Amino acid sequence: MSVTTTSQLCTFTVDDLFFGVEVTKVQEVLRFQPMTRVPLAPGMISGLINLRGQIVTAVDLRACLGLAPRGDGEPPMNVVIRGSESSVSLLVDTIGDVIEVSSDSFEPPPSTMRAAHRHMIASICKLPRQLLLVLIPERVLLLTQASETAGRAAGSAR
Amino acid sequence: MVAHEERTPVDPRIRVDVRLLDRLMNLVGELVLARNQLLQNASSSPDNALVSTCQRLNLITTELQEGVMKTRMQPIENVWNRFPRVVRDLSQLCGKAVKLEMEGASTELDKTIIEAIGDPLTHLVRNSVDHGIETPEQRAAAGKQASGTLRLRAYHEGGRVNIEISDDGRGIDAERVKSRALERGLITPERAHALLPHEVHGLLFLPGFSTAEKVTNISGRGVGLDVVKSNIERLGGSVDIDSQFGRGTTFRIRIPLTLAIIPALVVGAHGERFAIPQVNLVELLRLDVEQVKTAIERIHGVPVYRLRGNLLPLVELGSVLELGPERAPRDVNMIVLQADERQFGLLVDDIFDTEEIVVKPLGRELKGLSTYAGATIMGDGKVALILDVVGLAERAGVAAAERQIARESVDRSVVRSADTQLLLLFRSGASSRMAIPLESVARLEEFSRARVEHVGGDDVVQYRGEILPLVYLSEVFGEARAENDTLQVLVHSHGNRHVGLVVDAIEDVIEQELTATRRGGRAGTLGSAVIQGRVTEILDAEAVRGLVGG
Repeated sequence: MSVTTTSQLCTFTVDDLFFGVEVTKVQEVLRFQPMTRVPLAPGMISGLINLRGQIVTAVDLRACLGLAPRGDGEPPMNVVIRGSESSVSLLVDTIGDVIEVSSDSFEPPPSTMRAAHRHMIASICKLPRQLLLVLIPERVLLLTQASETAGRAAGSAR
Repeated sequence: MVAHEERTPVDPRIRVDVRLLDRLMNLVGELVLARNQLLQNASSSPDNALVSTCQRLNLITTELQEGVMKTRMQPIENVWNRFPRVVRDLSQLCGKAVKLEMEGASTELDKTIIEAIGDPLTHLVRNSVDHGIETPEQRAAAGKQASGTLRLRAYHEGGRVNIEISDDGRGIDAERVKSRALERGLITPERAHALLPHEVHGLLFLPGFSTAEKVTNISGRGVGLDVVKSNIERLGGSVDIDSQFGRGTTFRIRIPLTLAIIPALVVGAHGERFAIPQVNLVELLRLDVEQVKTAIERIHGVPVYRLRGNLLPLVELGSVLELGPERAPRDVNMIVLQADERQFGLLVDDIFDTEEIVVKPLGRELKGLSTYAGATIMGDGKVALILDVVGLAERAGVAAAERQIARESVDRSVVRSADTQLLLLFRSGASSRMAIPLESVARLEEFSRARVEHVGGDDVVQYRGEILPLVYLSEVFGEARAENDTLQVLVHSHGNRHVGLVVDAIEDVIEQELTATRRGGRAGTLGSAVIQGRVTEILDAEAVRGLVGG
């Protein structure tokens, strides 16, 4: 027996993938912002953004998902995720609508997905015309941190 | 309103959530930015009313910024108020009588510093009670009052806060410190011998040092003064010891008022901007392309620079941070930086300005990068990273602090030992570097070529009413005479006769132990020695005089 609940998702695309994040986790959505790159940082960290006096780290979802980098003429959009200590901006290709989905359309991600990527996905939402991947933003950050730690370990082992 | 005023006065203070203050601080930072941009636009405006409004806004913003900064300040009392209890408990435990005095408890510091300074201060207080102050019997035997005094003092000085922790205890026994350092293998016997008193005190801050005969559970908890020192340095502060054996010890800590806004130098490399905290800055030098080619020497591929006779390791910001491919030599700026005990030169492309910057922490994702201390927002609204000089030195592999100390002391002991000499380094001929003991040089002179006269096949100049014969060293050693317009001359005297040794260029004066090896020595030289990492021939002025029949 299951209770059907609905949740609101903020949607966006990365390459040909369609993602959603719970609206409560999203602080704001912004157009392309000038970034300051962080030398020595892992590749998925694109830089730092000045968000009204708050310094926000921009994480490139394409890099996180192992996709090809964005073309030059396609500035990324920022989906700023509220964090416990500081906010983080996810760089995505385009922003979609906020949609309402019911929990009975959710299914776990296929086991054939790469573990690292599957780890970031809470569930797959079966929309009438396409599939929506519900992202767990904290996990994306965790992955970023993990790869950063690994990078440092490799660096110090040199 | 009237009714309120007639009530009994209440506490004029209210409690405010720190997060609210942090948020206010951020907003004020934003306001400052907006103000800067507005001022820039308004300055070119013909509208006088606008300009004067902007100026008023400017003043108000500055005052607002100062006001918000003040809300974050707390008296050092907040840390000190735990000490009476700490001292009482501890002195009872050790069977000592200690009187605690505090002065300047209302001295204010930024909240973050107040939070961070607590542990190091507690450590020093415990250390003073445990190791510094003697038992009443020992004190009586030394003719002191039975109860010892521990004094805490805080005061503002030049934009920083000084905190002193002094006791009238037994002081530091330099000999015991030395022997303990020797036991632990922290220093070599030769070095121990050459240490100056204040350097002996510095040994206490080395990792792994403890003079306590037995480890007590009071201050000898395996956490040494080195941790205290590094904690204080992390706050941009410094700590030093002043002690008189038998009379007492004073620890003096100097810390900045705030970490939230610090003065910093903004530099550029590969088109990116970075801020360097002013506290780490020692000096700035500019080298043009020619100097870059000659003054920066390489030891096994590692660039170094001679800064007043000392070799300074150089670190290129672009390559440490992997900003881009190596580039052809060009004009560079060198920033001499102090990180812990080490000094190094950082090479950057541009030096912009010093600015008061608002330090903002980096997100959790970037905390692991030790090369940055945080980030800040520049006047144009862009983000710039703040370099962590210690982290940068570590990443670049600049010698660890201890080795550096060892090297410096070795240098000093060498200076003091009898076989060291002052050497004058000079160039003669195309490539040959030579040195001459400074004591055999009476004077350095520069003559214009026009003053040189020829007498009987010899070149001479009139010098102080005498005739000074010139000897071209390059000719002596079988090379062509350089045709410079001015002659660099070392005047060498024997008895009351002088001879002028013409060299190509005078490079430096250094202090060095002279151990010349005879092997390979040409006539006219005492042999060769390795000086500053380069093989250098030592000139024998007497022999040269003999060679030319002077």
